[in-house]
Amino acid sequence: MSLREKVAVSGIGETNYMRGTDRTALSLTMEAALNAIADAGLSPRDIDGIIPYGLGAVAEDFVTNFGIEDLRFSATTPMGGASAVASIQCAMVAIHAGLCNHVLLALGRTGYSGVRIGARVAQMPQFRIMADYEMPSGAIAPAQIYAAMARRHMELYGTTSRHLAEIAVTTRRHALMNRNATMTKPLTVEDHQTSRLISEPFRLYDCSLESDGAAAVVISRSDIARDLAKRPIYVMAAGEGHPDSPSAITQRPDLARLGIAKCAARVFGQAGVTRADIDVAQIYDCFTYIVLCQLEDLGFCKKGEGGAFVMDGNIGLSGKLPINTHGGLLSQAHIAGMNHIVELVRQLRGEGGAAQIRGAEIGLVTGFGDMGDGALAIMRRG
Amino acid sequence: MPESTTKPLPEITADNKPYWDALSEGRLMLQRCAQCGKIRHYPRPVCDGCWSMKVEWVQASGLATVHSWTVTHHPFHQGFKTELPFTLVTVDLEEGVRLNAQTRGLDPAQLGIGQPVRIGFERVTDAITLPVIVSPV
Ligand SMILES: [Zn+2]
Repeated sequence: MSLREKVAVSGIGETNYMRGTDRTALSLTMEAALNAIADAGLSPRDIDGIIPYGLGAVAEDFVTNFGIEDLRFSATTPMGGASAVASIQCAMVAIHAGLCNHVLLALGRTGYSGVRIGARVAQMPQFRIMADYEMPSGAIAPAQIYAAMARRHMELYGTTSRHLAEIAVTTRRHALMNRNATMTKPLTVEDHQTSRLISEPFRLYDCSLESDGAAAVVISRSDIARDLAKRPIYVMAAGEGHPDSPSAITQRPDLARLGIAKCAARVFGQAGVTRADIDVAQIYDCFTYIVLCQLEDLGFCKKGEGGAFVMDGNIGLSGKLPINTHGGLLSQAHIAGMNHIVELVRQLRGEGGAAQIRGAEIGLVTGFGDMGDGALAIMRRG
Repeated sequence: MPESTTKPLPEITADNKPYWDALSEGRLMLQRCAQCGKIRHYPRPVCDGCWSMKVEWVQASGLATVHSWTVTHHPFHQGFKTELPFTLVTVDLEEGVRLNAQTRGLDPAQLGIGQPVRIGFERVTDAITLPVIVSPV
């Protein structure tokens, strides 16, 4: 049984992205959700399935605020930054099974104004192993273990900080074309190379932002989506992949391989497309290195060749694989990748504004989170 | 919200108590499956090779090689602020599993994959001693 194009993204919504707000994550989430529902031409009461991010708002909040009378499906996909894209697979399965017709994915956070990452992580069950065996030694943030992943990649394959800079600089260039990006000043390679060290090899500009804001997406049964307000963006395939030793990177057999490597071939196969068919890619970018590693794990280049792949404008708007056309988590805002889904849909609708990739018909979006979990969705314009 | 200046400590459970007790006595102990002999780390209830829950504890040699590392400069936690910058090294223990710990007396600029190191011990509280990565000699 193929799930290919059984569902489509019918609506997208965002709040303004900020660094500093008095508003609650709940309020931001509701605003983005209402925007997405209105974009689809639906009423809030048409929503019969909800997959909230798991932090900020729960399914019951949407029932309460929207007056939904018969919520028929709710779930969470607790995979950190992979949650948003993983929830596309979850929505697809629920809709195709006949459980519901319109699933709302919504993600809001006060990552800048609320509790910062270091304080959050220790309390999350998926970080228990790290909390017991690594945090006492000072490995507090996943960034420090991701840095060790990047160092290993550098030692094995000759990847350099200059390669990582290329990702940061390209992404910033895209953000400058986006009115809803929180970074508004140009970034040069030199700026990157002289920025302060966070945890080597990561410098400040290898790290994503902490942001306040929310984004949401409505996924609908394809035959219904065809009659809604906007051109449907079909989900050709979606999947999730979990790395070996998912909760302890230290013990992972191959430090340079992420969970998305497990699902990439499967999802491309189900979609029936090749890497060359991808016109635009929104790649989860909590850190520059994570982009580079995913490009390899997705099969756009061989393992170890990610550094060369990102150079020479290849990932820019006129490159062979334009990525993160909105500015990503590095320079637009850290909305845990829901903003990547929103941007992919924009590009495939032709609503990409100044950063529109001309003729973009097929694209992909990835998620990465919780120390290696991955998710991938491939979409096509209807 | 002010963050705690107290360093985080592990939660001692029935699953991991032998590990922490041994560290306090200056020994690095690892779990070995009592059924198939596979060594595993970090401590956990089930062998992923044969799914046996029978476990025995064996003493590690303390010999290891560098697998990867990072030098941390950012104060991710107030409790470590005065120690910045510090080096965290992932090592391959001779027994085939890994460990992540801070270095003592090693120059981060001289680190390389495969470099021989040794596990040392550093007492933090009466109940907790942490492994540290030191020179092999
Ligand atoms: Zn066993």
